[in-house]
Amino acid sequence: MATTLKKTDVVIIGLGAAGGVACLPLAQAGIDVIGLEAGSRLSTKDMAPDELKLNRGLWPPGVQKVRGEGPTSRPNASAQAVRVNHPMMNAVGGTSVHYMAQSWRLNPWDFKVRSETIRRYGASRIPKGSTIEDWPFGYEELEPYYDKVEYAIGVSGKAGNVGGKIDERGNIFEGPRKREYPMPALRNSGYMDRMIAGARALGWHPFVAPAAITSKAYEGRPGCAYHGYCIGAGCHINAKSSTAVTTIPKAEKTGHFTIVTEARVTTIEVDNNGRITGVNYVRGGQEYFQPADVVLMAGYIYENVRLLLLSKSKAYPNGLSNNHGQVGKHYFSHNQGAAVSALFPFSLNNWYGTPGQGIAVDNWADDNFDHSSLDFIGGGNLYVYTERRPMASVNGLGAWLGGKPAWGSAWKAFIKENADRTNGAYLQKTTLPYESNYLDLDPTEKDPLGFPVVRITAEFKDNEKKIAAFIQDRMEQWYKAAGAIAVQKAPMPGGMGASTHAYGGTRMGDNPETNVVNRWGFSHEAPNLGVLGGSVFGTSGSRNPTQTIQALAWRTAEYLAKNWKTIAT
Amino acid sequence: MKHGLTRRELLKQLGTMIGAAVVMPAAVTFRAQAQTAAGEAFISLTPAESQTLRAIVARLIPADENGPGALEARADRFIDRALAGALKSQRPTYAAGLAALNSYAQSSKGSDFAKLSAADQDAVLTDMQQNRATGPTGASGQFFNLVRTHTIQGTFSDPFYGGNANFIGWDLIGYPGTRIVVSADLQRMDSKPAPSRKGAYDYGMFSKGEL
Repeated sequence: MATTLKKTDVVIIGLGAAGGVACLPLAQAGIDVIGLEAGSRLSTKDMAPDELKLNRGLWPPGVQKVRGEGPTSRPNASAQAVRVNHPMMNAVGGTSVHYMAQSWRLNPWDFKVRSETIRRYGASRIPKGSTIEDWPFGYEELEPYYDKVEYAIGVSGKAGNVGGKIDERGNIFEGPRKREYPMPALRNSGYMDRMIAGARALGWHPFVAPAAITSKAYEGRPGCAYHGYCIGAGCHINAKSSTAVTTIPKAEKTGHFTIVTEARVTTIEVDNNGRITGVNYVRGGQEYFQPADVVLMAGYIYENVRLLLLSKSKAYPNGLSNNHGQVGKHYFSHNQGAAVSALFPFSLNNWYGTPGQGIAVDNWADDNFDHSSLDFIGGGNLYVYTERRPMASVNGLGAWLGGKPAWGSAWKAFIKENADRTNGAYLQKTTLPYESNYLDLDPTEKDPLGFPVVRITAEFKDNEKKIAAFIQDRMEQWYKAAGAIAVQKAPMPGGMGASTHAYGGTRMGDNPETNVVNRWGFSHEAPNLGVLGGSVFGTSGSRNPTQTIQALAWRTAEYLAKNWKTIAT
Repeated sequence: MKHGLTRRELLKQLGTMIGAAVVMPAAVTFRAQAQTAAGEAFISLTPAESQTLRAIVARLIPADENGPGALEARADRFIDRALAGALKSQRPTYAAGLAALNSYAQSSKGSDFAKLSAADQDAVLTDMQQNRATGPTGASGQFFNLVRTHTIQGTFSDPFYGGNANFIGWDLIGYPGTRIVVSADLQRMDSKPAPSRKGAYDYGMFSKGEL
């Protein structure tokens, strides 16, 4: 029998990148918020620069609900779905504790892919089977929230467009911003300087990419130490601007925000009118019911969709907020496969640094180049970065052996010479939603509590494949211009699989027939239910989603605070 | 002047001596470790198993003109220790795999693996890697890959785990060691950072990993 707890104003489910931001404007408005987080609190002691510990699955520590909830995945409905690892982590701060911390704004085109494509190239250029819609608002609507997030968490970067004034030192393709970043860009390494020179030789516009990492002391946190061991690991000096060390402690200081760790939410309760009454969760083997006036879902996409589909009731027989059959639809994950790596004839001294310390080129992203004579829409962001680990460098050379044995004296000589001479690019490319790509509940696979896991049915289509081939060629050009003697291109994956950059499933839009949440992030069906995270995105952009997730979360939370009476009662 | 030294020569010699004094302890420690290695008892592996494993890791990353190899880095000790800890579940795999390898060495080359010539050992390992080694275990390539993975871990992981002794692995590939702060100069392409000679736990600020 579940213990019913004292009612609160708002429950946020999940305190990662999204929930960890939404708590702040609410708590600051004096609204009482309870944050239910499946993971534990981590500290800098957990952030050892120890490659083996990180590789052995001992990271992340604490309760990891995700490990029992890996989705199943299949490329299409006629293939057999197989269980895959969950790509995210649980903790206060969620995956923002160990992400790459690239902190981008989407470009203006990303909000209007459909209408802009039709306007510039004609309706025939929208790929067949794609369910793409414009976002219900443009970049300008989100700009103030991007700004709030950049200053609240601390983002380092160089603006390329302040109020329409273009600055070549930043990204000349970005949308206009109100002001500079709160901190200057992270410093350049020697390798980054070399890649900048290579891009300039091609006539491109390289720039230091924005990162949610301190480039100098910021609000009591020190500047980045550039020691490596950054991706897939937490920061030992809190220089990475995860919500765990930024917005969450700020919200706690208001006295209106309470965190319950190691709480696993099972279902959301509704009354007969379809209004949310609270959430059920399990903690330490005990069941609890937490009543609330408003619930904000801030799990990862797979959890948001799964929790909606699992929360069936009289008002919502097919799952919460799913009376239009849109939950799980318009799913897509970022087209990040088809990697490109390079071998240089000299050492790069790339042992230290962080993946957030990198150089980007946006000339081939989005609609920044003319697609009239091309057979796809969209593009990709080219990105190279620092940080190399000893075992990863040795193992990564396997691809360069040309089939020769990866052991013995000859191999030893090879790794001695080349361990610091390779580099892999990070290429994020446009992905579109399609009718045949979706999420639902797996008919057989269950989590440890006996609830079905989510099933991914998704594959990359022609448009994504064509972008990938085009972007691989551009990246090869860049590497060669910087002095690489050999370049390798990985094949394009077919199935999307599980991804750290997954989108859709609770898409945001004005039309309730094709979208789960409205332009403010609240359910079209259950008025006191908000959804945060990449699950509300309708397009991918060609860059990391986190800062957009955070700007949207802030906007939804602020809207809730301003319209409290209407939404909560 | 025959027996005398100029002041300059004296200082030069002194400098060499001081240098030698600084270097010597490390060299002595290294020799001492190499000596104890043979006699030092293994934690999980039997004497026969350890002999075979030592012979394998010595061929996977051999000591040669490019410097010491996996055995000198104590990758065998790393594996032995881990089989009583983090890799405990793989202890039976090692027992079966090492026995199978030895019997294949005997049937194909007429002797225990450890007693074969380097060329014969390489031939047996190649058979093993390519799943051509016959014997009690079917997929010899799987066991080869497992031992190779652990040998790489034992050579290139943080010395905390008992391998990468004297930073042999990191020196081989030029990794300048764990640091907790890295200056801009250490990230220049023309700089060759001096080895830190430290692992993560030498900084005293982190919870340790499982051995």
